[in-house]
Amino acid sequence: MTETRQIRVQALARVEGEGGLEIDLENGAVRDVRLRIFEPPRFFEAFLRGRSLNDVPDIVARICGICPVAYQMSAVHAIEAALGAQVSPFIRRLRRLLYCGEWIESHALHMHLLHAPDFFGRASGLELAQTHPEELRRGLRLKKHGNELLDVLGGRAIHPINVRVGGFHRAPKADEFARLIPDFEWGLDAAVQATRWAATFPFPEFTPDYEFVAVTHPDEYAMNEGSITSSTGEAWPAHEFESVFEERQAPHSTALHAVRRDTGVPYLVGPLARVNLSFSRLSPIAQEVAASVGFELPCRNPFRAIIARGLEVIHAYDEALQILRNYQAEPPRVAVPHRAAEGCAATEAPRGLLYHRYRLNDEGRVEFAKIVPPTSQNQLRIETDLRAWLPDVLSEPDDVVARTCENVVRNHDPCISCSTHFLRVRIARK
Amino acid sequence: MTAALPKLAVFKFASCDGCQLSLLDCEDELLAVGERVDIAHFLEATSHVERGPYDVALVEGSITTPHDRQRIQEVRAASKFLVTIGACATAGGIQALRNFADHDEFVSAVYASPEYISSLATSTAIADHVRVDFELRGCPINKYQLLEVIRALLGGRRPTTPNHSVCLDCKRRGTVCVTVARGLPCLGPVTQSGCGAICPAYDRGCYGCFGPCVQPNLTSLHRQFLVDGLSKRDAIDGLRLFNAYAPEFRQESQRLEAEQGRVAGVNP
Repeated sequence: MTETRQIRVQALARVEGEGGLEIDLENGAVRDVRLRIFEPPRFFEAFLRGRSLNDVPDIVARICGICPVAYQMSAVHAIEAALGAQVSPFIRRLRRLLYCGEWIESHALHMHLLHAPDFFGRASGLELAQTHPEELRRGLRLKKHGNELLDVLGGRAIHPINVRVGGFHRAPKADEFARLIPDFEWGLDAAVQATRWAATFPFPEFTPDYEFVAVTHPDEYAMNEGSITSSTGEAWPAHEFESVFEERQAPHSTALHAVRRDTGVPYLVGPLARVNLSFSRLSPIAQEVAASVGFELPCRNPFRAIIARGLEVIHAYDEALQILRNYQAEPPRVAVPHRAAEGCAATEAPRGLLYHRYRLNDEGRVEFAKIVPPTSQNQLRIETDLRAWLPDVLSEPDDVVARTCENVVRNHDPCISCSTHFLRVRIARK
Repeated sequence: MTAALPKLAVFKFASCDGCQLSLLDCEDELLAVGERVDIAHFLEATSHVERGPYDVALVEGSITTPHDRQRIQEVRAASKFLVTIGACATAGGIQALRNFADHDEFVSAVYASPEYISSLATSTAIADHVRVDFELRGCPINKYQLLEVIRALLGGRRPTTPNHSVCLDCKRRGTVCVTVARGLPCLGPVTQSGCGAICPAYDRGCYGCFGPCVQPNLTSLHRQFLVDGLSKRDAIDGLRLFNAYAPEFRQESQRLEAEQGRVAGVNP
């Protein structure tokens, strides 16, 4: 007789957006694992069509309240690539600075309020603050300074208003930035301490055989530009993304699963992928911290992604501080002439590679848009993690299995709100 | 002990998460808030979930699926004071652009297998479905206005937020008017205060994140935009952003569209 067991997480907590988890077992073996997304579809790619390219950065920001800058960055780079526009080194620096602010606020949020509670068996960051008030206060302050940088450079932290195709609407004045420097000096040191703290957490032994994919750059820790690189050693320009990777309909479900076209293998994007692929371009301070806490490469333990996030927060504080200290305002934008063209770009959102492609007409209106967010690329990889994780915990009661599976999902900081391109949004009921 | 604290719940519908993130962005106040209210349902922040009834429910997002149309009724029934937070909840959000378009075509443009998508033809505000006790505008909301809602809850009074236009805030900030001085289209005169008048301070026109202010004179403003050289199409698109389906913005964009001679393909 067939013995079946179903484990359900109705609603995942401490992730952005709404999703659930369904695990089906048959005779003690894993039959199916589904990361279920019930985020309603919002159709961004459809309503971008016909809009002026000037509206695109404001509109795509609304895909995600946690990483709006990432959507703005991939959009402006893709449109500028289409139109052959070249921004100045000054604008390029400001864009990195803006990304530093977003990486800081997003990573500090995940590390302290979303992920850390798992290692202490707590329900939330607020609960963790009862036993670890100093660590949580430090984390909140780290997050706050990231948001303050977004406030000054972006106009506001959530859905910044200062980004445009060709650069920025206005370059902040030197004294607006100078005020941030003392907080960023504190933050660099605090980020080191936060990362050292995270490195002391009890990490389960779990090392899936990941193929990491991230944008890399020969001279810097890649954010806005570079080659799409795999841990297999291969690298491709952004415009080959769609020929190398595809979102495939899996036979067991209705989800689009991102895999490599040639091998059919799912891959992992995000901080763990970036740190593994670009470690030598991290700030020297971050590299020292990694060495001193025993963070060895390659690191394939997704629970240790919290350390990778910490290293990136250190890097972001360090790089932001250098840009802030040497800041002198220059013209905030370059002219971008309109013509019929097509272009794409991949940048590194806090959660990993974010690909955009746009086709524009000669009036500067969008004819076609394609957006591939990091979480939809990681979805199959997360399910694959769960399949590998489950056999070791199946002897536990359902609630324990469910809780540890939630932890496995949260390692990857999934952002379900980035739902523009998810197929498994709702399954029509018969 | 926690039983005595007012119960706060946060619910999400179709949205980007940004407005509920505003609560976690109250970095200086968050731990204190956590001591004064019982966070009974807030999936983005905690695995701890309590059943209703709730004293205050913050509702983010718009209604876009049959399931959510049902769920908002349950949220209403479980909540004493229901506050909608953000443009999605108060006006349908950016996803309400589908209300002006052919929904089936929208679905097939994004999803390869449209038969799996269960989605309504419209994105509508929470108030179109249930009684709403208070609304916080914005895309995103202003976190200080959110704190005002929580303070009011703790003090047992009704929250207060200003409803004058962004225009007045520019005068207070000392920002030179981008429309008068440079002829840029700016929705500041017809948009509700709350953002801090940031866009004109960054050398661009307001794009209406907080939706229409009280008694907005949209027709007169758009007459001026057209004089300043804005195309009718761009004027329509300027209203069709995050508060596109707020009644005053919607009516003006449809009026402009009718003037342009195009047929307004709007769902009733």
